[in-house]
Amino acid sequence: MTQASPLLSVRNLGVSFRMESGEHFQALKGISFDIAANRTVALVGESGSGKSVTSMAIMRLLPENNTEITAGSEILFEGRNLLQADRRALRALRGRDIAMIFQDPMSSLNPVFTVGDQIIETLMLHTGMRRKAARQRAVALLKEVGLPEPDRKVDAYPHQLSGGQQQRVMIAMAIACEPKLLIADEPTTALDVTIQQQILQLLAELQKKHGMAVLFITHDLGLVGEFADEVIVMRHGEIREHGPLQQVFTQPQDAYTKALLNCRPQLDSRPARLAVIDDFLQDQPYQVPPQRERGYAPGDDIVLDVQGLCKSFESREGLFGKHVFHAVKDVSFQLARGKTLGIVGESGSGKTTVGLTLMRLHQASAGRALFNGQDILAMSPSEFHACKRRIQIIFQNPYASLNPRFTVEEILLEPMTLHAIGRDHAERKQLAAALLDRVGLPRRALQKYPHEFSGGQRQRIAIARCLTMKPDVLICDESVSALDVSVQAQVLNLLQDLQDECGLSYLFISHDLSVVKHISDQVMVMQHGQVVEQANADSLYANPQHPYTRQLLSAIPQGWPQQKGTQVA
Amino acid sequence: MLAYILRRLWQMVPTLFGVMLLLFILFNWVGGDPSYILAGKSFSAETLANIRHQLGLDKSLPEQFLIFVQQVLTLDFGTSWSTQQPVADILGSRIGPSLTLALPMLLVSLLLSVIIAAIVAYVRGSLTDRIVTLICTLAMSVSALVYIIAGQYWLAHKLGWFPILGWSDSLATNLWLYVPLPLLLGLVVSLAPDIRFYRSCFVEEMNHDYVRTARAKGLSEQVIMLKHVMRNALIPVVTSLMMSLPYLFLGALLLERFFGIPGMGNEVLNAVDRSDFPVIKAITIYVALATMLFNLLADIVYKLIDPRVQLK
Repeated sequence: MTQASPLLSVRNLGVSFRMESGEHFQALKGISFDIAANRTVALVGESGSGKSVTSMAIMRLLPENNTEITAGSEILFEGRNLLQADRRALRALRGRDIAMIFQDPMSSLNPVFTVGDQIIETLMLHTGMRRKAARQRAVALLKEVGLPEPDRKVDAYPHQLSGGQQQRVMIAMAIACEPKLLIADEPTTALDVTIQQQILQLLAELQKKHGMAVLFITHDLGLVGEFADEVIVMRHGEIREHGPLQQVFTQPQDAYTKALLNCRPQLDSRPARLAVIDDFLQDQPYQVPPQRERGYAPGDDIVLDVQGLCKSFESREGLFGKHVFHAVKDVSFQLARGKTLGIVGESGSGKTTVGLTLMRLHQASAGRALFNGQDILAMSPSEFHACKRRIQIIFQNPYASLNPRFTVEEILLEPMTLHAIGRDHAERKQLAAALLDRVGLPRRALQKYPHEFSGGQRQRIAIARCLTMKPDVLICDESVSALDVSVQAQVLNLLQDLQDECGLSYLFISHDLSVVKHISDQVMVMQHGQVVEQANADSLYANPQHPYTRQLLSAIPQGWPQQKGTQVA
Repeated sequence: MLAYILRRLWQMVPTLFGVMLLLFILFNWVGGDPSYILAGKSFSAETLANIRHQLGLDKSLPEQFLIFVQQVLTLDFGTSWSTQQPVADILGSRIGPSLTLALPMLLVSLLLSVIIAAIVAYVRGSLTDRIVTLICTLAMSVSALVYIIAGQYWLAHKLGWFPILGWSDSLATNLWLYVPLPLLLGLVVSLAPDIRFYRSCFVEEMNHDYVRTARAKGLSEQVIMLKHVMRNALIPVVTSLMMSLPYLFLGALLLERFFGIPGMGNEVLNAVDRSDFPVIKAITIYVALATMLFNLLADIVYKLIDPRVQLK
């Protein structure tokens, strides 16, 4: 670390929010750290750790009416305390000296202005450029961030660009005025894995080229190895560990850091049970559990046999024209009883459509799906009703997929009543309570509403709801993607236990290749609606045949540089 | 775009046909026999037959419907049963007074409600916001009739600031003498719900991520509000505005009645009163056409303010 005064110095920063109930929630408990000029600092933490609050506090963007900054807090930028700066000074600073990019580029860009206008606006505001000059500079910036056809795209609206392109526009906007500090708040979380890698490379390049300091905020320790100099690990509003990149990865001091490093599924190891945070907070040192063997074996009982599944969507074009979009093209696979088939692919690959079509939530355009020998796609609605409970789905967003007006008891009893499971109400209630035990929730949860639970708990409720119907096949559509790494490990462990216990078969749809590697016996890679490769998990990851599979695998963020060599290339 | 407009216009044909069929069935089913009303108290079988022949009611139902279709296609609804004037002339003379009142009201109301809504949305949660919300709720819970009667009594009769009612042939006189009081009372009625609705549009937009981006750029709150938020918040505002436009042609029923304004609203009431079927039919068809056309216009305006909208 440099001895000269750092670019940004956060001292004893404490932030609390006044809740509607009148209580105070202490989001930051007096944290201190420095960012030197031209350095990249990664701030890592799970939801609720206070990492985003920190970035918003630096930008002074926290809502004024319910935020309280603890007395004695200081945020010194080039020696000036931002907490005492007036509005005018802050406005001059924002966008010029400190710029920011956010998690979701689609919603962070104003949808009704062209991307060019939004960059030009920043330039005209801070540099006093005329419109024409600003426009030329905007095109140059778009070119610098690698947007194809920058002189045409400058007039595009945000929705006309892909997610990766939108994030490039956000970056162009942020570096427009050559800021000294760039704050990147989860800039790649909403993006596909290959796009994520491109954006990270771009950020690293720009950091070097422009000599900016970067504060990189993420929940994923795996990402920071790509280009951070220092790592700060936060939990519950406190800094748990702060040190140079290599030290944090190779010799973590704090139990929580160790846990974070271990609970993320690795490509080169498949423990029978993933580590969770609690394993590290106990007195005994963590013992790595034995490895688990996976893969289809000859003679496995096939529970679901899908042959030539197709799904196309039609849309109108012109006066009489029709446009047909083939979302799923000739997809065939077999799901063995008690095993897991992982489906990976980027957004738009058709992986979700496969799941929805098998649930008959979409009408298949062609193909057969033999469930225990019967084609469920050809059944009449009444015939299918009997099968319905045996194939269930868990969605990605546990916030949106549970009815907010139902108690957990109602959520669990409804499918049982519908499918006449259990003799009477009392027996169903018994079953519901037993299932809650099974997924690791207390029985008093029955009387609560979904909003009273955290994301991981809600996903447990969703799993319990599926289990009420004693399904044979469970489709997990990005079921752990919205969860924190540590919670994700718990839910993956639960899914594994349930599979071992009840012989469930999983169709595990995810964009996260490490998670899929961990849980799957066989893996199917999809691109543009087609299966490009399908093989036993171990052989697919060890020896990918298709170029697209190789591309996906090489884009996986792999901790920090020295680990890379040991892993699959 | 052109293909879209053509397709939408084409889709209006079955809709209009549906409206006509419904209208025709309603008139024949619940409308009763108008010849009894027209014949008055002293009717004989002969006068009745005579009237029925004149009105074309002695023809078979399909034939009558065909005549109706013809009327709609030529937009010639014949003559009024009560005054014998051509329907087109009646409506032509009524639309002027209606628009004289309704257009200024629409413009002033839109301008005021958008500005007030933007201000209270900006200071949301403050005392001002709560007071405005309270006033709006109170204003919405009082019947329009109360405002009209109280306004006529206090402002016109007691204080003499306005004439109680009346209308002239001169546009200027109407605008500065007869329009202000009904305009004021109309505003009191329409502002409260509009302000509340527009406020919620603004507040919703202000919570979006792009507002945070705009702040992070260093833009001032005024620019954020007037440039970034306004254009997005206008999208629902335009919809509600377009939905209300067809009613311009219906006039303000109560206001025209109470202030003696010879507009469409008054005419509708008169026509219903006298079972003047040709006039009612004509107005219904015109309102249906206006609704469809303004809906189309709303979708096109949408496309202009919101580039994300795809016209399909």
